[in-house]
Amino acid sequence: MSHPSPLAVSRRVVLAGSAASVGLSAVPIGGASQNVEAPPLTMPPTMPVSMEVNGKPVSLTLDTRTTLLDALRDHLKLTGTKKGCDHGQCGACTVLVDGVRINSCLTLAVMHEGDKVTTIEGLGTPSDLHPMQAAFIKHDGYQCGYCTPGQICSAVAVLEEIKAGVPSHVQADITHAAKATNMEMRERMSGNICRCGAYSNIAEAMAEVAGTAS
Amino acid sequence: MKFDTPAGTNPIDRMKVVGQPHERVEGPLKTTGTAAYAYEHQQYPGAPVYGYVVGAAIAKGRIDSIDRTAAQHMPGVLAIVTAQDLGALGFGPLGKGDKNTANLLGGPDIEHYHQAVAIVVAESFEQARAAANAVHVAYTRGQGRFDLAQEKPNAKALTGSDADTATGDFETAFAAAPVQIDQTYTTPDQNHAMMEPFATIAWWEGDALSLWTSNQMIAWNREDLATTLSLPLEKVRIMSPYVGGGFGGKLFLRSDAVMASLGAKAVGRPVKLALPRPFIMNNATHRPATIQRIRLGATRDGKLVAIGHQSWSGDLPGGGPEVATQQTKLLYAGANRMTAMRLAELDLPEGNAMRAPGEAPGLMALEIAVDEMAEKLKMDPVAFRVLNDTQVDPEKPTRPFSQRNLVRCLKEGAEHFGWHRRLATPAQVREGRWLVGMGVAAAFRNNINIASAARVRLNDQGIVTVETDMTDIGTGSYTIIAQTAAEMMGVGIDRVVVRLGDSAFPVSSGSGGQFGANSSTSGVYAACVKLREAVAQRLGYDPERAEFADGLVRADNRSATLAEAAQAGELVAEGRIEWGNLSKQFQQSTFGAHFVEAAVDSFTGEIRVRRMLAVCAAGRILNPRTARSQMIGAMTMGVGGALMEELAVDKRFGFFVNHDLAGYEVPVHADIPHQEVHFIDEADATVSPMKAKGVGELGLAGVGAAVANAVYNATGVRVRDYPITLDKHLAGLPTLT
Repeated sequence: MSHPSPLAVSRRVVLAGSAASVGLSAVPIGGASQNVEAPPLTMPPTMPVSMEVNGKPVSLTLDTRTTLLDALRDHLKLTGTKKGCDHGQCGACTVLVDGVRINSCLTLAVMHEGDKVTTIEGLGTPSDLHPMQAAFIKHDGYQCGYCTPGQICSAVAVLEEIKAGVPSHVQADITHAAKATNMEMRERMSGNICRCGAYSNIAEAMAEVAGTAS
Repeated sequence: MKFDTPAGTNPIDRMKVVGQPHERVEGPLKTTGTAAYAYEHQQYPGAPVYGYVVGAAIAKGRIDSIDRTAAQHMPGVLAIVTAQDLGALGFGPLGKGDKNTANLLGGPDIEHYHQAVAIVVAESFEQARAAANAVHVAYTRGQGRFDLAQEKPNAKALTGSDADTATGDFETAFAAAPVQIDQTYTTPDQNHAMMEPFATIAWWEGDALSLWTSNQMIAWNREDLATTLSLPLEKVRIMSPYVGGGFGGKLFLRSDAVMASLGAKAVGRPVKLALPRPFIMNNATHRPATIQRIRLGATRDGKLVAIGHQSWSGDLPGGGPEVATQQTKLLYAGANRMTAMRLAELDLPEGNAMRAPGEAPGLMALEIAVDEMAEKLKMDPVAFRVLNDTQVDPEKPTRPFSQRNLVRCLKEGAEHFGWHRRLATPAQVREGRWLVGMGVAAAFRNNINIASAARVRLNDQGIVTVETDMTDIGTGSYTIIAQTAAEMMGVGIDRVVVRLGDSAFPVSSGSGGQFGANSSTSGVYAACVKLREAVAQRLGYDPERAEFADGLVRADNRSATLAEAAQAGELVAEGRIEWGNLSKQFQQSTFGAHFVEAAVDSFTGEIRVRRMLAVCAAGRILNPRTARSQMIGAMTMGVGGALMEELAVDKRFGFFVNHDLAGYEVPVHADIPHQEVHFIDEADATVSPMKAKGVGELGLAGVGAAVANAVYNATGVRVRDYPITLDKHLAGLPTLT
């Protein structure tokens, strides 16, 4: 493939050029009719999936492209789980699947047949708060509140991971169990972005729940 | 209520509720996922459908054609709307709100990369997304200007409040000064990166348009949407009860609201739309990059005699500058001074306000320059700042600051932080592989007051309900407004209900520029003054003598519960605070000092922030818990600005390359140590009946320079080009021994 001009203009010009030629060729042939004669577009495949969400069995039939996050938010109306980036970059969509935290935007709902999913709504309610939710309120570990459900789900899971001996990057000695130190918790929470910057307060909330508050 | 004389004693001074560190009243909702954000509301007529926006693939030029045939035959697709389709929907050409620079729907002309050019509406999100990717747009690319440094010679002077300033004779005084600093600093384009994407649910009922959306300024959004779509104002309703962060990015009407409204018109159903994260950073606004030249001249004993600050920034034609020189007019004494801003035309996405617009990049430069001057003078940087304090407006010495406790912030901060342990000569402190340093910077932000109104209701249960279009973007508005109403009406905070973010409520200041807390609570104060009068009147008490406390109203040996006053029917009062000339008589500002300890890995150059302290003087602190959170959050953003945040510009094609949260790095938990904040006990009677100012921007102002100065103290390598990434100082680090 030869480039007529400097390297600086390569792929984009090619892309723009190809889009233009599609547009040009479509018009003289008669546009829409050409497309109608094309193979008929079928509906996207759907699949049934059954899982347990916050202790309740649910069954859905979903477009297979539906993420677990969108299944929760748009199909089950569990909007406590947030979409911040939809690309696994921010952590706002963190939920617990069989007790393990995951980014629900990075997994398709139909991959979770038979799984037990816990969302923020399953941890506690305004009148019956989970200890981590109560600690976030006490230490003001949130501001706008949008990353908060993900932070809380992650925080609950992080303390369990430390208890279970899951190692981390900052652990000084991986032959011994990690402790819920400030740095240990901060390292493990670093997949959950809080742009309001409540990190220092979240660390205090977690320390209180972990029983390591100074 | 016109506030034109300093406040006397008023019910807020009791500080039984106001000034107390109440937990956020909406905390149980936010921590359980039951607070509904824009995309999550269920209240609208009928089932919603989904919108997905197509963005321009060029930065400047024209659309030649849009081929939608493939997309419109895809499953579930209901409509595709482009600028060509406005007439068919009954719209004329779109208008443009006066706060927008570029059009929110592009075509045929394209003004910036990822400018919205179409919305695809489909039955499901997945269908809309797939079809949006099948819309083929052909462009002719035009010539764009994307490089600030290259356009700097063409940058133009400005007028009005952005015009050049000059006091004394700067050039002569600088030339004659025995000690001089003349340095250039750069700050990059930055993104707000608020966690909640721009999102809207829009629907039409006849010719009336309603939106659940995410916006800081309800009245601005309503006006600009009405202008854009040529609708009467009363036909537009905006609701934004929870906002998942804004930082200035959600001050303005953006494409999510316009495109959802057009899509909803086309399909006759509610349209849900969230801008995808990778689309936001080029589609919406950003903080523009700056090039700043700072010249300081001082006597040998450390008195500043010449202060010069110039800044260059760029924006789309018709846009505005990053006002990076504004704090320099007021921060330090000095008889001879100048500031100048120049604005270049760039064809990058639209620049606009991001948290502490002006001060954030301005102090990132100025407060390094001050550190450099202190070092040249062999003076302690705290002592140098204290020596050059001013209690009057340096450009107009007859005009005093209403309150100015910068010196106390610096001195108390130094004491508390252990500043005396800092070694003046850099790169002298080693802890194993780490080089350790301390830095300080002053924080400064002017107080701004905006007219603000509220409605207050009292029912027969004694419940006080506040309604105002004020927003809570994480700032604590719900809580401080509840505290204000509780204090005024003499009830506990649990007897107050606060309803925000609805254009059906009286117009408030909105959230921005550090003006929200003081302005909006002052509006609630004004409404409560009227409600107190109505209560007294209903009870037959003398309004002048009625006291409101402990749920009771007392006057002349009589008393009644507040609920009794509303037995014959709900009492409703509306009030509005407006502002007189006190801000002309007095310079009203907020102050602080940031202290940072940083460690730099002597092998890799990696920078770790170890300790942070801010001491602030910002008038009465309405809620120390939420105000402290504003501070630590801003300090966190300051670490981002110092060490990692930068929108990388593709100068060939004119767009921000790292346009998602993986490429645009912001601080994470591991980056941020325990942070401390102290507030100086103040109440400024010249600013408002609340005697409060604000801290939302102050917390960010100066942080970047404090980090930079700490890194310099650790390494001895001065980096003047933000962000300070390890590649910029690695080669200069002390040799390993």
